[in-house]
Amino acid sequence: MSTAGRSGLVFHEPLLFESSRPGRRGVPIGDPDVPPVDAARELGPGLVRDEIPDFPELAELDVVRHFTRLSQWNYGIDTGFFPLGSCTMKYNPKVNEVVARLPGIAAVHPATDASRLQGVLALACELEAVLAEISGLDRVTLQPAAGAQGEFVGVRMVAAYHRARGDAQRTRVLIPDTAHGTNPASAALNGLEVVEVKSGADGIVHPEALAALADERTAALMLTNPNTLGLFESHVEKLSEVIHAAGGLVYLDGANMNALLGIAKPGHMGVDVMHFNLHKTFSTPHGGGGPGSGPVAVRNILAPYLPTPVIRHEAGRYRLDDDFPHSIGRVHAWYGNAGIWLRALAYIRTLGASGLAEVSARAILNANYVLDSLRDVYDVPHQKRVMHECVLTDRRQHEHGVTTADIAKRLMDYGYHPPTIYFPLVVAGALMIEPTECESQETLDGFVEAMRAIAREAETDPGLVTGAPERPIVRRLDEVRAARKPRLRWTRERV
Amino acid sequence: MLARTGASTFEALLESVPAGLRSRAELKLAPALDERALLRHFSAFTAENATVISGPSFLGAGAYHHFIPAAVDALASRGEFMTAYTPYQAEIGQGTLQMVFEFQTLVCQLTGLEVANASLYDGASAVAEAALMAARVTRRTRICVSAGLHPHWREVLRTYTEGVGLALETLPLDASGRTDSGRVPADAAAVIVQSPNFLGCIEDLGRAAEAAHAVGALAIGATAEALSLALLRSPGELGCDIACGEAQSFGLPLSFGGPYAGFLAAREKFVRQLPGRLIGETVDSSGQRAFVMTLTTREQHIRREKATSNICTNQGLCALRVTIWLALVGKHGIRRLAEINLAHAAYARRELARAGLALPFSGPVFNEFVVAVPGLVGKLERLAAQGVQAGVPLARYGAGRSADELLVCTTEMTTRAEIDALVHELAA
Repeated sequence: MSTAGRSGLVFHEPLLFESSRPGRRGVPIGDPDVPPVDAARELGPGLVRDEIPDFPELAELDVVRHFTRLSQWNYGIDTGFFPLGSCTMKYNPKVNEVVARLPGIAAVHPATDASRLQGVLALACELEAVLAEISGLDRVTLQPAAGAQGEFVGVRMVAAYHRARGDAQRTRVLIPDTAHGTNPASAALNGLEVVEVKSGADGIVHPEALAALADERTAALMLTNPNTLGLFESHVEKLSEVIHAAGGLVYLDGANMNALLGIAKPGHMGVDVMHFNLHKTFSTPHGGGGPGSGPVAVRNILAPYLPTPVIRHEAGRYRLDDDFPHSIGRVHAWYGNAGIWLRALAYIRTLGASGLAEVSARAILNANYVLDSLRDVYDVPHQKRVMHECVLTDRRQHEHGVTTADIAKRLMDYGYHPPTIYFPLVVAGALMIEPTECESQETLDGFVEAMRAIAREAETDPGLVTGAPERPIVRRLDEVRAARKPRLRWTRERV
Repeated sequence: MLARTGASTFEALLESVPAGLRSRAELKLAPALDERALLRHFSAFTAENATVISGPSFLGAGAYHHFIPAAVDALASRGEFMTAYTPYQAEIGQGTLQMVFEFQTLVCQLTGLEVANASLYDGASAVAEAALMAARVTRRTRICVSAGLHPHWREVLRTYTEGVGLALETLPLDASGRTDSGRVPADAAAVIVQSPNFLGCIEDLGRAAEAAHAVGALAIGATAEALSLALLRSPGELGCDIACGEAQSFGLPLSFGGPYAGFLAAREKFVRQLPGRLIGETVDSSGQRAFVMTLTTREQHIRREKATSNICTNQGLCALRVTIWLALVGKHGIRRLAEINLAHAAYARRELARAGLALPFSGPVFNEFVVAVPGLVGKLERLAAQGVQAGVPLARYGAGRSADELLVCTTEMTTRAEIDALVHELAA
């Protein structure tokens, strides 16, 4: 069974700059409401630019068709099943978009006096409290604009904590080999040294391996739980003990929180600080690469270091407090991606406690269902039950010259977005599948059938797989050429 | 489904979670709301907020109330854009990829530079990333920052640069409200000047760039009001090596400060030191033009701790809105909008001066400026009671500003009647 139907009518569409015609106008712009001024005379010599060469000149209809056609070349969650591991591509409820567009949110200027922002500050406090409850931690900042910025903030706070205790020699961050690339990059951005922790043959970190690395130089452990193999770090309590005994703190990368809602709280695992990815766990749109939102939750010991401003609720009034001497400082021009974190609050309020618990339960059931529907045809590196995602490999298909990349591309022909591929790095040829809670058994069965069909094709007609995809608007791309002689913008000379 | 897994109960699937960690009680959350109740809840809370449409607003200071054509929302709401992932799988992400390629081109055109990335979180982090980039290029650690940089951006810059050992040094403003770039230390990595600056004054970026280049530093031009780029000579034309800033003015709702879109452009020779995502042109196996994420060896998912930045996302959906907005407004419209902004501010300044109020800085301005208003606090309260957000009191941003100084912004959304009423109240 394939869910991909027949090919629709898909248009070619040139670049905006190629469709542009001199003198063509888009949306009308009227006159100023005051006497016009001559810019050069008003500003003086040498400040005013000439008109911008080759800037688009298009009619509104040209623009509407342009972006409508481009959109049709994209595959989104609204298009079909998107089992992209560690990215939690769940349905983005439309009502959240309506919430974000309410004038009392969309038209609020961030420099408005706090006395006239009580509603939005109350909602921010509500979300902070909810995330504290879900994490089992004490305090939350909504300021980080994405998960990676949340990591930066969390590690920055850890460094500030050690410095304040006269423990500035703690410059090492221990990071398991299964971690996302942002973890080591965020540590480096804090000027800290990265030490890799090898996970065991069973895919999880063992306390002995950690103990051998934890010492008076250890600032923190950055742990992802469940990890990127979809496995729960069963020794997490012991790992936290090891780190705390060495004087370090435990950071949790919350990318995989979709497995833990109502199941377990990071605060109970010994975690001191974590970030959430609201665009993963809490359904805000991925938008083709952002915007994200990466709130950070901390134990009280780290509260003095929270980024400024913090929202205070005193005597029934809310205010933004900048007077926070130990703070790591500001990380966002304002108070984070409000339009995003309010969508997440809308999602949480729609589901409530039992709804959130059901999210994780169904996500876990779906991942195990897919894994156990495919383990007879694809190699499975770890034989444990998984949480919200699972990892397969191309080991068996490799014998026929078919790789993970080929399988991924062939899935497109069947109408599916591929899984995350070649990650985590510790598994050769990884295919990381995260079905999310949103998908029905019928959808999962369709995907499983496609994966099984591809496994058969790999044996009987591998060219079908290695030549894929044939249905999208373009075929496989020449990435080497793109990198060797980068063309990163359109210019007239080349037309 | 459970049968397929061989587990007898759901709990059996959780065998790897130690029993002691399993939550026994439900999360303590408010009861679930259906769509009607949800919208009631949010509407009730948000109705209390003062907005830029509930009454006249002269708020700027790094976030600007501009016209957004209806087609922006209509197109950016398409699920194929909104619910797509980062286009790692280029064959089914060509829509996003071509759009970002167009965004990069537009940023280059506006800034007068040769390469631009796919966007960053906001203007503040864009400045921080630009400073880190300059430090990598020059292998130096001293960053000279104009006192006219947005105070919040300056704070973010400090947060981002402290851990890796960069030192910030302030270039003061002169009496006209513009940066004195006469004393750049010989070991500077970068000179960062925002134009128009936080006080609204248009800077002499050319002079700042010369001062930077004289000591081998990079010149970084920052822009909080991106619409000014349509009218003013570009950072690239004036000699800046890096241009960065905030693109919120181009179609992004104010939304209490985010999500916005930071931009970063540079000279081509620095392309391998750029942070963040880049989209490049290539061909597919049948030879037709296509777009793909490129030069990814700079990025964290390949290079991990040796990456040029830890950033993983860009502001995809915001970059989309910016691209649509710029296409709809177009070459003629963006210039016209900028001229309207200029005219409104010029009118407001003239009327305020005529009413006897002092304009403390003589530097030329675009759509924002400082006015000194005796008894400002009381007047702001009176205006607020009438539903008028009269501007941003500079004292709130510290740095020894006088309690009388008000930062006033007028855009194309401001009417003459609103300006006249403001002048009347402030001069009263």
